[in-house]
Amino acid sequence: MKFGVVVFPGSNCDDDMMYVLGEVMGQEVVKIWHKDYSLDHFDVGDCIILPGGFSYGDYLRAGAIARFAHIMPAVMDFARSGGYVWGICNGFQILCEAGLLPGVLLRNSNQQFICKNTWLRVETTQSPITASLMPGQVLRIPIAHAEGRYHADEATLQTLADNDQILFKYCTPDGQLSDEANPNGAAMHIAGICNSTRNVFGMMPHPERASEEALGNTDGRGLFESLLACVAHEATV
Amino acid sequence: MTSTAEPQVTVQTARNLGLTEEEFSRIIEIMGRVPNFNELSVFSVMWSEHCSYKNSILWLKTLPRNGGRLLVGAGEENAGLVDIGNGLACAFKIESHNHPSAIEPYQGAATGVGGIHRDIFTMGARPIAALNSLRFGNPDLKHTRRLVRGVVHGIGDYGNCFGVPTVGGEVYFNDCYNQNILVNAMSVGIVRVGETVSAAAGPPGNPVFIVGSATGKDGIHGATFASADLTENSAEDLPSVQVGDPFQEKLLLEATLEAIQTGAIVGMQDMGAAGITCSTSEMSARSGVGMRIDLDKAPTRQANMKPWEILLSESQERMLIVAHKGMEHLLMEVFDKWDLECACIGETTDTGRLEYYQHGEKVADVPAEALVLGGGAPVYKREYSRPAYMDKIAQFKPSKISMPKDWVAAARQVFASPNVVSKRWVYEQYDSMVRTNTLTTNRYSDAAVVRIKGTSKALALTTDCNSAYVYADPYVGAMIAVAEAARNIVCTGGEPVAITNCLNFGNPYNPEVYYQFVYAIKGMGEACRKFNTPVTGGNVSFYNQSVFQDCTEPVYPTPTIGMLGILDDASRQMTFDFKAEGDVIYMVGTPCGDINSSEYLRIVHGIHYSPAPHFDLDEEYAIQQAVRALITQQIIRSAHDVSEGGLFVTLMECAMAGSKGFAVETDANFRKDAYLFGESQSRVVVSVVPAKEDELVNYLNSHNVPFSRLGEVCGQHIQIDGENFGALDAWQTVYEHWLSDKMAE
Repeated sequence: MKFGVVVFPGSNCDDDMMYVLGEVMGQEVVKIWHKDYSLDHFDVGDCIILPGGFSYGDYLRAGAIARFAHIMPAVMDFARSGGYVWGICNGFQILCEAGLLPGVLLRNSNQQFICKNTWLRVETTQSPITASLMPGQVLRIPIAHAEGRYHADEATLQTLADNDQILFKYCTPDGQLSDEANPNGAAMHIAGICNSTRNVFGMMPHPERASEEALGNTDGRGLFESLLACVAHEATV
Repeated sequence: MTSTAEPQVTVQTARNLGLTEEEFSRIIEIMGRVPNFNELSVFSVMWSEHCSYKNSILWLKTLPRNGGRLLVGAGEENAGLVDIGNGLACAFKIESHNHPSAIEPYQGAATGVGGIHRDIFTMGARPIAALNSLRFGNPDLKHTRRLVRGVVHGIGDYGNCFGVPTVGGEVYFNDCYNQNILVNAMSVGIVRVGETVSAAAGPPGNPVFIVGSATGKDGIHGATFASADLTENSAEDLPSVQVGDPFQEKLLLEATLEAIQTGAIVGMQDMGAAGITCSTSEMSARSGVGMRIDLDKAPTRQANMKPWEILLSESQERMLIVAHKGMEHLLMEVFDKWDLECACIGETTDTGRLEYYQHGEKVADVPAEALVLGGGAPVYKREYSRPAYMDKIAQFKPSKISMPKDWVAAARQVFASPNVVSKRWVYEQYDSMVRTNTLTTNRYSDAAVVRIKGTSKALALTTDCNSAYVYADPYVGAMIAVAEAARNIVCTGGEPVAITNCLNFGNPYNPEVYYQFVYAIKGMGEACRKFNTPVTGGNVSFYNQSVFQDCTEPVYPTPTIGMLGILDDASRQMTFDFKAEGDVIYMVGTPCGDINSSEYLRIVHGIHYSPAPHFDLDEEYAIQQAVRALITQQIIRSAHDVSEGGLFVTLMECAMAGSKGFAVETDANFRKDAYLFGESQSRVVVSVVPAKEDELVNYLNSHNVPFSRLGEVCGQHIQIDGENFGALDAWQTVYEHWLSDKMAE
């Protein structure tokens, strides 16, 4: 399995992702420049990461310009062909803008940038990045965003729930849902979702910031391990 | 060469540009003629306080400016450079953006952050951490809250987008900053030794490039603006405030670091104060060369800009680069990749003069050397005299201060001081974790800790200055600022290595203000020599005072210290949270017997004039050595220095961080209010497992270090002298919510 991290102008979590995947998880990982047109050297079973940051300065609207980057048609083709695409923070915003995931991410309800640890409840294990986790397990993973309030119309939210596409919800440290534990006011406390074919994932919290003992938090590591285990399993069957 | 379209230059023109009559005469002498308006503008910004340090440099030179780990000393380059081992060096610097932030808090603060990061990456270092030191007025004022909101938003938006974590800092509130807030921003970067880029132009005959953003009319005369008193009319100077674009800066950072790798760069300097003027003159003067610059070739944001507008523009996110002739294409390829402007605007010459052209005509011609600090820029020796308010301070009699009748109520008052409560509302708006090096996200330490990937090391970083102490006694107060910074680093398990300073004072032509400046420098120098932490550079910000209705109010003298420390083994980071019930709490240092200049004295008794708290440099040094040993020998489990709010607040912070209560006893030999809330220096609260208590006591006894056993970690309540002060979580709620509630008013 191979990872590719797309670098948009203004991406700033690209190196963090490279470090966690390469140094911490020991995986093969390369950077992909936004001006490239092709992902020919990636196969289904590989994973393209859209990292956090402020692509194009988040001007106009977070992710709104990045979705027109040269590389994006290739990312969309890759996703449609079943390849894994994982957007984190700004990457999630881009995936929503590109229509690879439903919904949008609005300004946080307090109108401020928020950077802090949050607690996430694993809502489903029916996805490659949560398959090895326990349903209802609580993970401490930080957020850092100004536009992270997930929003979609009622029908879409219902579909997400019915199809088990909600991966994570913000919760209290003991797993309860509450307004206080919902840092940005997200609809249904949603912190992360996947698409209906379960190969495209988007989440606002940053697992790459919580994957090392040295940083005092390894709760994010389970997501990477889960994806690797899933892909390894698929390769053997 | 005289351009008839420009104003006729007279001594009045010079005065309008902030120059004195004597300075104007001197310029005529240097030029051998009356300068034209463009040239006069160039002199006015280069000889402004901000660029020339004309009123401070004599005293700055008395600070220790070299030492063991220093690779580049103060003033030699854009920032100092410290050897941190493993073939790496650390470039770090703090700078003020006070006046712009007072007028337009969002852009003022944002561009302050942008400017200091550029100072670091122009040397070839990648910024890995940011800190800031902020001073605001009374938080009960709507005006103050507006400024707080704007400044925090500005710092956040710029730093977050730029992708460098804001890992630490400080926020103080005091009425003296009501009109004139202080915004000091610090950047810390890492570079491979030998891969730094100099801010020198090099030999003649090489092409000169301007890269990054186009030049607009923003920030013209910003350096002059920063060198005058703030007045009621200062808002009319709004065009003097620059506008920041962090996205451009992020691209500029990546492109610049990539361009350095091509080997095409001779020298580089960022454009901050005084824009093209400052960068061309300083780079030329460093190499004893000149430059011929064609202003028509500089990309501009609007048509028909006048020569002096282009020369003085402080448009952000720009750099001046001198490239090796014949390698220009390598430079241009990189900037093209990052979609940034890269325009050749001239070349270096052997004339030693800066010759600026527009429309084929020479519009200014000045000797580079005459413009710069250390060259022709004026140097002044200012008068100073002991401030009259010091008499009021000398009259303070602690015996007249009555003890509180209700200790819990007094503790609550101190605890709810805006200078004590959690600054969570502020720091959660900053991305403190990007780059995944911040070791203080999930661990509580007195200084921020940032690891260096690929090594076992980490940097410990802090900014410190209690300006009330400096006001009370500039000499002692400045020593305390250095000592506290060092103490914070020591309590984190680090070794203090070097400092950068941001010297915020009032008008230097006021002898009482200058007295504060002189004595603060003396105290700072003495403390830096003691801790072996040389000054690598920084910035002087005078004129921090406001004239309102004929009454001049200088801010408290605020010499902010930004200190760099090193942890050789990042995994040995010391934290301050109480670890386990039953652990024994000790205080290393002499118990406090004075209430001088404490939050307690101000908040509970309303007294603003008292001496600086007890401080002795040798005693401080001994305490720090002891704490370092206790950490190195792994005897203690937590360490936290005693600062604002005294011992009580220190204990509470350890308790809240560890979610554990405590029971302690005071010492009847000391005033109880002083013991609990006094702010005498050189004290550190430590906790130890009972099994190691003897080891702790033996070590401190054998090294003649004073200490006291305070009590132990227990339960979820606070107990002092057997009195129940209540549940920890009730205190914590106040601590966590005070500022956010206040900001919502």
